[in-house]
Amino acid sequence: MKRQSIGDKVVNVIFYIILGFFVILCFYPVWYAFLASFSDPTYINSGKLIILPRGLTFGAYKYALAQRQLWLGYANTILYTVAGTLFGLIVCLPAGYALSRNDLPFRKIIMALFVFTMYFGGGLIPTYIVASTLHLVNTRWILIMFGSVSVYNMILIRTFCGSTIPEELREAASMDGCSNTRFFFTFVLPLSKAIIAVIALYVAVAHWNNYYNALVYTTNTKLHPLQLYLRQLLLVTMSTDSVDDPDALKEIQDMILTIRYAVIVISTLPIMCLYPFLQKYFVQGVMIGSLKG
Amino acid sequence: MQQAKAIKASRRKTHWKHTWKLAVQNRALYLMILPAFLYIAIFHYWPMYGVQIAFRNFNFADGITGSPWVGLKWFRYFFKSNNFKNVVGNTLILNFYNLLAGFPVPIILALVMNSIPGKRFKRVAQTITYLPHFISVVVLVGLMSCMFSVNSGWVNTIVKAFGGTPAYVMGEAKYFRHVYVWSGVWQEMGWNSIIYLAALTSIDSGLHEAAMIDGAGKLRRIWHIDIPGILPTIAILLIMRFGQMMSLGFDKAYIMQNSLNYSVSEVLSTYIYKQGIKSTKYSYSAAISLFNNLINLIMLVTVNRISDKLSGNSLF
Repeated sequence: MKRQSIGDKVVNVIFYIILGFFVILCFYPVWYAFLASFSDPTYINSGKLIILPRGLTFGAYKYALAQRQLWLGYANTILYTVAGTLFGLIVCLPAGYALSRNDLPFRKIIMALFVFTMYFGGGLIPTYIVASTLHLVNTRWILIMFGSVSVYNMILIRTFCGSTIPEELREAASMDGCSNTRFFFTFVLPLSKAIIAVIALYVAVAHWNNYYNALVYTTNTKLHPLQLYLRQLLLVTMSTDSVDDPDALKEIQDMILTIRYAVIVISTLPIMCLYPFLQKYFVQGVMIGSLKG
Repeated sequence: MQQAKAIKASRRKTHWKHTWKLAVQNRALYLMILPAFLYIAIFHYWPMYGVQIAFRNFNFADGITGSPWVGLKWFRYFFKSNNFKNVVGNTLILNFYNLLAGFPVPIILALVMNSIPGKRFKRVAQTITYLPHFISVVVLVGLMSCMFSVNSGWVNTIVKAFGGTPAYVMGEAKYFRHVYVWSGVWQEMGWNSIIYLAALTSIDSGLHEAAMIDGAGKLRRIWHIDIPGILPTIAILLIMRFGQMMSLGFDKAYIMQNSLNYSVSEVLSTYIYKQGIKSTKYSYSAAISLFNNLINLIMLVTVNRISDKLSGNSLF
């Protein structure tokens, strides 16, 4: 290895500083929310909370976790995420694989029909009318189905299957009398673990963070997912109707910011904790997406 | 002549026979596509049939075809209303600002990440800069409203420490566009850098070695090797972004909206939602949707054609 010139060393230092700046920029707001969620509000209000927690208290969590609606929203979101991800996989995996097969007549027409919907659609109200005709408005079904099936994901699966499942394998298998269905279950699925993970994670994150579908298609608050409650808790004034004691009310008003930070942590923690371990799958998805399908 | 025709006909016949045979052989594959096909047919093509309510005076009692035909009434109504200029203008301004601010940052980030020697720091930096991508819009806006809180948000604490006056960043209209765009940049810069990083790693390392032997410094190599290497990727992504100038996500604009910033935060998607679901002006909302979708489609096709001509890259 050649020794670096002084110019390059300076450039390196500058690059480290730039990257460090980006890292702090991305990390600090998230870290601060985490800190503030279990720090004493007086430290927050006086601006004395900077890097480490001060005046450790779990009052905000106690208040936040006592909210019934938060639990209900959490449960709903978990249901929609799990069921929606399964639904998406069941619909998209076989279709994506079948469309990757070169020996399937009319696949180009089918593909074109699918891809067209990525660029043109009926729009909000016509879709709403269909949902209402099918009696899906204000049901859990619509929140499970919408956002689970995407043509983009099917294209990812098609690209993946087309490039990783060798044609020879299929020919050999069919020579031995292996049917398409059996081939799919015994060879394609085990070979597609990576893409299954990618799609499952994409759909799961989309469901976890989804807000729009619940806002449009449900009015029954019992069906509402976490994100809709979060809006209530984070951005609309907090309900203090149930609190009669003026001292307790004052305390909650002081804590309001801390409570919000706690709610942010509670709602984002699962993704934040899981994400570093699953990062490679997310990145892989972007890579496959950038290949020309 | 006739013989040639006969041969052609018989060839076509065998071709069709062959296709048919393949189709029957692979009928299980059609079954695999069926669920997706049904989903697309029901939730994407069926609504397209309902688009005609944009030309009718729709009400649920009379149904789609039973509602009276009104022609272009709703389109005219929209184009003439004060909201038209405002809503379309806001959508375009936010998109354009977003492009100007948000497009270069991931490229810079990727270039810097790619030329840093420390592998471990690079990996940590990647993980952390991708992180905000996974935060939901509601949480993002909630986080900002805490950060920028006038009394006790940490941003205003810093502002006060430097002798400035705290501002009501999340409320006042004049801050809306900046907050909207820069929070988006913050959230997506890491994630959007992935694609450039991928392009950078595919650059032949021999080029760098040869340039190093010739005594080219780091900045020189970035300028003459890295940037030209990812230029095609940049061009395609940039062109594609222009195709989406009239579409803007609903969630963030809607969640950030309040009575003070309404004049700058109302965009097409929020207007369509409010008119359709909240005010139940179904036909009017559908007409705006259709207008928006058509513009999007036209822009995409145009942009795609330009991209195809310039770089040989196209979506379809």
